[in-house]
Amino acid sequence: MKGWRRADGRKGIRNHVAVAYLVECAHHVAREIAWPYRDTGRAGAAHAIGFPGCYPNAYAAKVMQRLCTHPNVGAVLLVSLGCEGFNKRSLERAIRDSGRPVMTLTIQDDGGTRSTIDKGRAWVEAQLGELAAQPAEPMAVSELVVGTICGGSDATSGLTANPAMGRAFDFLVAEKAAAIFEETGELIGMEDWMAARAVTPELGEEIKACVAKAARYYETLGYPSFAPGNADGGLTTIEEKSLGAYAKSGASPISGIIKPGDIPPRGGLYLLDVVPDGEVRFGFPNISDNAEIVELIACGSHLILFSTGRGSVVGSALAPVIKVCANPRTYDRMAEDMDVNAGRILTGEADLDTVGREIFDLIRQVAGGAPSKSEALGHQKFILTYKSFSPLGPACLPAVA
Amino acid sequence: MDARLLLLAAGDNVAVARQEIPADSLVMVAGRQVRLRQALGFGHKIAVKPIREGERIIKYGAPVGRASAAIALGDYVHHHNVRSEYLPNTRAVEAAS
Repeated sequence: MKGWRRADGRKGIRNHVAVAYLVECAHHVAREIAWPYRDTGRAGAAHAIGFPGCYPNAYAAKVMQRLCTHPNVGAVLLVSLGCEGFNKRSLERAIRDSGRPVMTLTIQDDGGTRSTIDKGRAWVEAQLGELAAQPAEPMAVSELVVGTICGGSDATSGLTANPAMGRAFDFLVAEKAAAIFEETGELIGMEDWMAARAVTPELGEEIKACVAKAARYYETLGYPSFAPGNADGGLTTIEEKSLGAYAKSGASPISGIIKPGDIPPRGGLYLLDVVPDGEVRFGFPNISDNAEIVELIACGSHLILFSTGRGSVVGSALAPVIKVCANPRTYDRMAEDMDVNAGRILTGEADLDTVGREIFDLIRQVAGGAPSKSEALGHQKFILTYKSFSPLGPACLPAVA
Repeated sequence: MDARLLLLAAGDNVAVARQEIPADSLVMVAGRQVRLRQALGFGHKIAVKPIREGERIIKYGAPVGRASAAIALGDYVHHHNVRSEYLPNTRAVEAAS
């Protein structure tokens, strides 16, 4: 494995230029700037990310800052319309302070759409050239942060892909990498079991509170995190789906709770609390899988493990997504989109440990530069919306290894 | 246990279909032959013990809901006879709205 060392000591497994729009009105210009450089055939490409809202939001500002200073990002172009509420000077300063090249284009001052696209492309092209010349250094598994998520689940997700990813998580944690699992709304019913794995009893109580918050939140919305496709696949209740989702976390002790944009302080297993604090304000905690992926990346994840039974095709901007297919039939239909066939566990061709080890090996290959399937297919999806969070409680990150 | 069914943990009162099993098929469940009253989809659940109304459905050794009606050995187990202990099922929400 190799990585590009950043000023904060973290290493990136990719060397991308982020082209970040600061309001939806600037999205087209940002996308046009990045598009010709989306696939350079090298470890560095230009990826469009951004925040669509015109009104400022502390959560979105924090996530954008974390993404623009993410280890996989080597340079950042900010694209502003000019009248939006986003504090672009503060973001620009944070990026500059991180040691990365940054430029801000403001469409209203830079001559409109075409002129801004031309200026942006010239800058991106120059930056990609600089980044390609940067040498990469050796990187250890202990320097990795890996996030996990499931999407398009069916009854096979909890039987094959999720427990196999849990094994891979155990291998990562054993080598002192940081591993993040999330979506407390999909862990409802598992809170007592999870709390028993916390490194301190106080953290266990925080985990229970976290899941209770998620249950309240979804109850208020009148909709659990449960789609009709889940039921068609044989899952009856949210807790049955939870049991499957919970298996992704493996069997390691839980070292802490983090919120979107918090970087794990050391190796270990972390629960990412994605459900907003306070009253229900901005709707669903995460409106689709990519919203969760973006939060995992904002917590420093270099790459994402994604399990799917029904057959998701998603990938992400900035961080490779490794797709682990739970259902052997889905794998047969969509093999080009899937990195791992965990359905072999169901057909008796492989056991959990074998597939878990395969996932762990693939993590190291992708971290070493091999493109994941969704990455090679160009899935650079991105979504960020409004949320509000309170700071972490003192028991969430116990000072024990 | 029938080879088409997967019992995830000893003590579970439901098994999962490894493949689609058509209606009227004869399946071996807990040493008894039962005739399926409806098709059992891949990944769907069948009772491998008689389950009383209000009793917990146990899969992978963990509770995944409670029986909303008595369930006989060999019955299909899904929304029509199971309720969540936490949140209403999506289908129930759709029916109510």
